[in-house]
Amino acid sequence: MKNIVLQHLRVIRFTLQRLRHTPGATLLNLIVIGIALSLPVGGYVLLKNVQAISEQMAGTPQISAFLTIGTSQEEISRISQQLKEHAAIDRIEFVPRDLALKQLQQSTGLADVIGGLAQNPLPDAFIIYPIAMEVKKLELLRDDLKSWPKFEHVQLDSSWAYKLEALLNFGRLAVFILAAMLSFALIAITFNTIRLQILTQREEIEVSKLIGATNGFIRRPFLYFGLVQGLLGGTAAWLIIAISLKLLNYSLANLTHLYATSFTLANLSWSDSISLLGFSAYLGWLGAWLSVSQHLWQIEPR
Amino acid sequence: MIKFNQVYKRYPGGHEALKNMSFEIAEGEMVYLTGHSGAGKSTLLKLIAAIERPTSGSAIVKGQNIKSLKGSALPYLRRNLGLIFQDHKLLFDRNAFENVMLPLQICGFDHRESAKRVRAALDKVGLLQREKSNPIALSGGEQQRLCIARAIVNRPSVLLADEPTGNLDTEYSVEIMNIFKSFHQVGVTLLISTHDESILRQFPARSLSLKAGELVA
Repeated sequence: MKNIVLQHLRVIRFTLQRLRHTPGATLLNLIVIGIALSLPVGGYVLLKNVQAISEQMAGTPQISAFLTIGTSQEEISRISQQLKEHAAIDRIEFVPRDLALKQLQQSTGLADVIGGLAQNPLPDAFIIYPIAMEVKKLELLRDDLKSWPKFEHVQLDSSWAYKLEALLNFGRLAVFILAAMLSFALIAITFNTIRLQILTQREEIEVSKLIGATNGFIRRPFLYFGLVQGLLGGTAAWLIIAISLKLLNYSLANLTHLYATSFTLANLSWSDSISLLGFSAYLGWLGAWLSVSQHLWQIEPR
Repeated sequence: MIKFNQVYKRYPGGHEALKNMSFEIAEGEMVYLTGHSGAGKSTLLKLIAAIERPTSGSAIVKGQNIKSLKGSALPYLRRNLGLIFQDHKLLFDRNAFENVMLPLQICGFDHRESAKRVRAALDKVGLLQREKSNPIALSGGEQQRLCIARAIVNRPSVLLADEPTGNLDTEYSVEIMNIFKSFHQVGVTLLISTHDESILRQFPARSLSLKAGELVA
């Protein structure tokens, strides 16, 4: 067992030596892999950030239901009761029209304009917090409430967040397609690197087979090479993204300062970083494996 | 140890390299394989090392039938055979020591133990002083001896040598045959292909004579 571990460690050391031996080619390969990976991963990071911002702004979805002006107190309490008993509703908040006007005065700085009004133009309203979060169910509830006779207007407040969500979904799909295509690119890069290595080491492979090397033994250094190259390429992508975000955050700070708010773009989380490295290592391994199984059997001692 | 029974080897295109080959080599025996070039000596050695497979007949090497040997079992058969090639098949991207180390790495030997064995093998063929040299810097005779060191480092029970003295002066040839003789004395089975008459006279042993793919004596 100890011997097997030592053998693998030797192969890894040998792989690193080989990478160091051709620094130019290694560096170019790593940059290409890094850039290829950083495009979809960078897109993913931006989407994550947009999503975080939108969640901050949207909060939980609510439905505002405005009553017809002149609805009597008894009717209001009856509707209130019905809403409380509604199965799809978590809780409700009643906003009397006087309170609404006061809030409007305080929050918007339109006190002068509103003070000049002869009468309160605002209706009484219920703010309804539904149980469900899915856009379909919310719309269903909204349509249901619309059909109630005393409701003048029913509005699903966070509908813009759902539009954003749809946009994000579109973005996610684009990132996914990009990721899929560039993953193939990474596999192709590794495939070709390994193919060249196999060709230049033809003699060694042949001799090794003659003196009793198993296919596993011959395959091992190539697979490790693919794995290590993928891992280092993933690290390059991580660095590209981290540095880009640093630069973006720096100029973003100037921008948000002008708007008297502040937010920064978050880097990849720990788990996302590990996923990135694991995935790129796996792709490198896969490319090497495909290349080895394609080319190794062609080299048989004669 | 090696037993051939009515073995035929036909190459695609119809060329019959070996015909009706039947013989047996006992454990610890030293046997020559003689005949002109093209008589089938190399083909026979390739069949024993399972580099080629017989077209028909049974070729048994160390209890394994070469014809039906699984690809996965092949490396383990070869680890029991020491192969010595006329063209040496040394690797020029590493020094003599590392060349001899390769079979032990393949078998997964402990590094320190391997180093001892490699030095012992190099000492045996008189190349201990040249362990750091690249094979390309060695003479033909030295390269052949290095190839022998690589073949024996794993302590195989069978040595197969394809024209080991083919390109060498008499002096070098005798040196190499003396090395082989010493292996024979410790019980290694040897099959040496040669067309060098002087060697056959100086180191007499049983001969398998081939002529146009057939055993004639």
